[in-house]
Amino acid sequence: MSLTAEDVKKIAHLARLNMSENDVTTFTKQLSNILNFVEQMNQVDTANVQAVSHSIVENQRLRNDEITEPNQREAFQKIAPQVEAGLYLVPKVIEES
Amino acid sequence: MEWETVIGLEVHAQLSTKSKIFSGAAIAFGAEPNTQACAIDLGFPGVLPVLNKEVLNMAIKLGLGINAEIAQHSVFDRKNYFYPDLPKGYQISQFQLPIVGKGYLDIPLEDGTSKRVTITRAHLEEDAGKSLHEDFHGLTGVDLNRAGTPLLEIVSEPDMRNAKEAVTYLKALHSLVRYLEICDGNMQEGSFRCDANVSVRHKGSDKYGTRTELKNINSFRFVEKAINFEVERQIGVLENGGKITQETRLYDPNKNETRPMRSKEEANDYRYFPDPDLLPVAISIHQIEKVRAELPELPSQKQKRFMEEYGLSAYDATVMSSTRAMGDYFETVVKTSGNQAKLAANWVMGDLSAALNKADIEIEDAPVSATQLGKLVARIADNTISNKIAKTIFDALWNGEGEVDQIIEAKGLKQVTDTGAIESLIDNIIASNPAQVADYRGGKEKLFGFFVGQAMKASGGKMNPQALNDLLKKKLSEA
Amino acid sequence: MHNKTIAELSAGLAAKEFSSVQLTRYFLERIKKFDNQLNSFITVTEDVALKAAKHADHLIAEGKAGALTGIPIAQKDIFCTQGIKTSCGSKILDNFISPYNATSVEQFNQAGCVLLGKTNMDEFAMGSSNETSFYGPVKNPWNTEYVPGGSSGGSAAAVAAYLAPGATGTDTGGSIRQPASLTNTCGLKPTYGRVSRYGMVAFASSLDQGGPFARSAEDCAMLLNVMAGFDEKDSTSIDKKVPDYTATLNDDISGLRIGLPKEYFGEGLESEVGKAIEAAIAEYEKLGAKIVEISLPNTHLSIPAYYVIAPAECSSNLARFDGVRYGHRCANPVDLMDMYKRSRSEGFGSEVKRRIMIGTYALSAGYYDAYYLKAQKIRGLISNDFKDAFAKVDIIMGPTAPSPAFKIGEKTDDPISMYLSDIYTIAVNLAGLPALSIPAGFVKNLPVGLQLIGNYFEEGRILNIAHRYQQVSDWHKHLPKGF
Repeated sequence: MSLTAEDVKKIAHLARLNMSENDVTTFTKQLSNILNFVEQMNQVDTANVQAVSHSIVENQRLRNDEITEPNQREAFQKIAPQVEAGLYLVPKVIEES
Repeated sequence: MEWETVIGLEVHAQLSTKSKIFSGAAIAFGAEPNTQACAIDLGFPGVLPVLNKEVLNMAIKLGLGINAEIAQHSVFDRKNYFYPDLPKGYQISQFQLPIVGKGYLDIPLEDGTSKRVTITRAHLEEDAGKSLHEDFHGLTGVDLNRAGTPLLEIVSEPDMRNAKEAVTYLKALHSLVRYLEICDGNMQEGSFRCDANVSVRHKGSDKYGTRTELKNINSFRFVEKAINFEVERQIGVLENGGKITQETRLYDPNKNETRPMRSKEEANDYRYFPDPDLLPVAISIHQIEKVRAELPELPSQKQKRFMEEYGLSAYDATVMSSTRAMGDYFETVVKTSGNQAKLAANWVMGDLSAALNKADIEIEDAPVSATQLGKLVARIADNTISNKIAKTIFDALWNGEGEVDQIIEAKGLKQVTDTGAIESLIDNIIASNPAQVADYRGGKEKLFGFFVGQAMKASGGKMNPQALNDLLKKKLSEA
Repeated sequence: MHNKTIAELSAGLAAKEFSSVQLTRYFLERIKKFDNQLNSFITVTEDVALKAAKHADHLIAEGKAGALTGIPIAQKDIFCTQGIKTSCGSKILDNFISPYNATSVEQFNQAGCVLLGKTNMDEFAMGSSNETSFYGPVKNPWNTEYVPGGSSGGSAAAVAAYLAPGATGTDTGGSIRQPASLTNTCGLKPTYGRVSRYGMVAFASSLDQGGPFARSAEDCAMLLNVMAGFDEKDSTSIDKKVPDYTATLNDDISGLRIGLPKEYFGEGLESEVGKAIEAAIAEYEKLGAKIVEISLPNTHLSIPAYYVIAPAECSSNLARFDGVRYGHRCANPVDLMDMYKRSRSEGFGSEVKRRIMIGTYALSAGYYDAYYLKAQKIRGLISNDFKDAFAKVDIIMGPTAPSPAFKIGEKTDDPISMYLSDIYTIAVNLAGLPALSIPAGFVKNLPVGLQLIGNYFEEGRILNIAHRYQQVSDWHKHLPKGF
């Protein structure tokens, strides 16, 4: 499966990564190689095979509905890039055009 | 060219658990920013989710309440996108295997008929935090208290054909979730959020038009206005030869208009996949039946029963069953009044509701208890007092002046039913008003009201109206 | 104290031959003296260590000590340590002081262990050579021009050079076993769900598992006794009783059926490595084991499947590194998009970016079925291969890696050739099985490891089988020259 530079730019955007023109060239080649490599999976017919997401065969365990976490805002926000009035600050998000 | 409106609704109901869906942080409304966001809610490296068992019970309740199938095997998926109020960069939701399958709600239409709105599915997911765009020197503030709050997303088929139907459906769903005690339904606080998918098409067409999604509607009234505006707008665009852009639009209640919202995620590729930090959720038949056995009577069931048992009209039954508190109150009034269902309904929907609205309180906080009101209704039914006098007593009850019989006694409000007393009072009025008597006997039948008025005045309103009418008629006809 | 196993050090502490403070200072000195050659530590926690050592000495004096009280260990820098930098080998977390402890870290604290420091690793555990770390490559103490393996290269090198008697690592596709094999140490990947992942920064959630590095199988058993166990904070943690892994080390292994997968001894395996492994197997035959040839036919598909599943999960797991609440944020962002893109692009290295991109692609609309779903089906086939095999044998053995360590820089231009070195380890993660790598000899003075793969929750059995070999061989006791 060969990727185009356009494909790579789209993926980079979805993943919120910057790509210089050099990066695009390098990644297009490397990612295409990797995707070609994983095409090997098509050697085997898996039409009747069950997909496995875990080696665990159990079901989700449940916890009781109780408050167990205290307020640790000060400790958590000590390591934040930018905080004011208890809020995390980020460049403005525009909701409407 | 006749246009048809097609509306589908998505409701996000915040479940009223104590703690979050995947962490043990609290979810009370109105806390100081980021004081209810623990490490898991903040998406710190290395944290993991564990499922709150109460949200399962609540989802099962909702499923049973809409006659849907409960999935015995359901899966949590990650919905991946970037936004500052989404700490992990993905929302834990359910995509392919939701916990609740297809169901329905029957809603009453204005013409008295009933319409079945199909609910496609309902699934569990975690809420995101909040972005505050008030200026922090050109920056946005993010509060993650709400991140991780459990939501039940309830999706309807595009079955509604006008704004009123949409509102009726929403009200029925709102009533249901409050009945089931899974959501407090507080739209102002955001615990019951409605998004409307609106499109138009030519009547008779079986194809769907391009739809827009309306967000930020936090009252039933605004739902109706927003939908109506949007329908007009879309028709306007199409009739001018334009095309509808599929987009999300925000409703502005101040200007009563919808405006396009810049999309959060320009390319809507959520890349759903099963969350590997969680295992499949198993629900046994036993668990479903246990929840079913503990279900309260549902609004639709109560409404039906009120019609059958108490002979209420569909409309009255709907109002009486709109909340559990209302329904319970009404039934207690009926019981203590000696089964005076119609009278009880009139008083609850009439004087009581008016007084509650005026004082801006809920029925749970009414100063007149259901038993007291029941007693009042009983006294009307047994002719001790007239309906008119009862209003005075109601006010006295509201002001805490005592019990019904006490007040009747203290204010001397007992109705006169003794025919002898009524007759002598009528004799007096006839004797004092010879001219009017002559006119009445001469054919001016309208004057009957004059005599009733006189009698009521003379008796201080305490005449049994029926007995008064009968005797008055009899005496006035005697020449 | 030199070159002693944890078991021996524990006995020494109990016999008051030395104190924990002395022992701790000894290792801290060795780190100061030798680590500039190896670069195996990112953070050395001297004050924390001495404080813990003092406390341990109190416990020992009061007779309240456990088997590991006072024993110094190192933690891979992927485990969150409260109040201490936790970088995952990445610039994006270079400024991250964790506000909480991973469950594994809590467990070692409870056991009275002394934290020497946080070890170097491939960035976010992605790599097989420890060359992708923001903090520079780790060198193999057996030849500092060579890689120690990865991603847990720092822990492996530290234990190999005896800068710590034991350390923790994580294994997603071989990241404990392969570096163990390349550095002449023992490294165990437990059954998926045996060790809590809470606080262990996620790379590929359905494959990651934390485990111990040490000088012997016995030491690994002692460390696993601390790490194993149910954690209610981890939904994928299995609630299963933890046996005493040291209690069964000396069990008899005559009649043991050892399966040798023919796919592990074919093309790709360096012949000298093959010979070393065969010699180790021969020792097992002397101990009474029986050899059975088996086949794991889908072995070759494990690499492609892994290089879809792991990147897919990581692309999602690493989305939280966005500069909003912690970690690196770029200077003077113009708008939100700029903040996201620049923070992440500045913070992540190329291998991480590569995997995020592959993962994003594999999950994207239109490709999910062909890639992710397909890979999960192959995972099913691979699990079945092992299931069939364990019906016939008690343990599966083979080389851990197809070749010994390679030179630093040798494979960095070709990601795929790096990926191919995981051929014997990756299938084990896909199936969720436990496996151990132990020293089995040298090829051109570079270590070679023997891999033992057991059935689910058979860690005790694996360690027992390894321990019996270590009673009749001494590869594991060798120390690299100059250390």
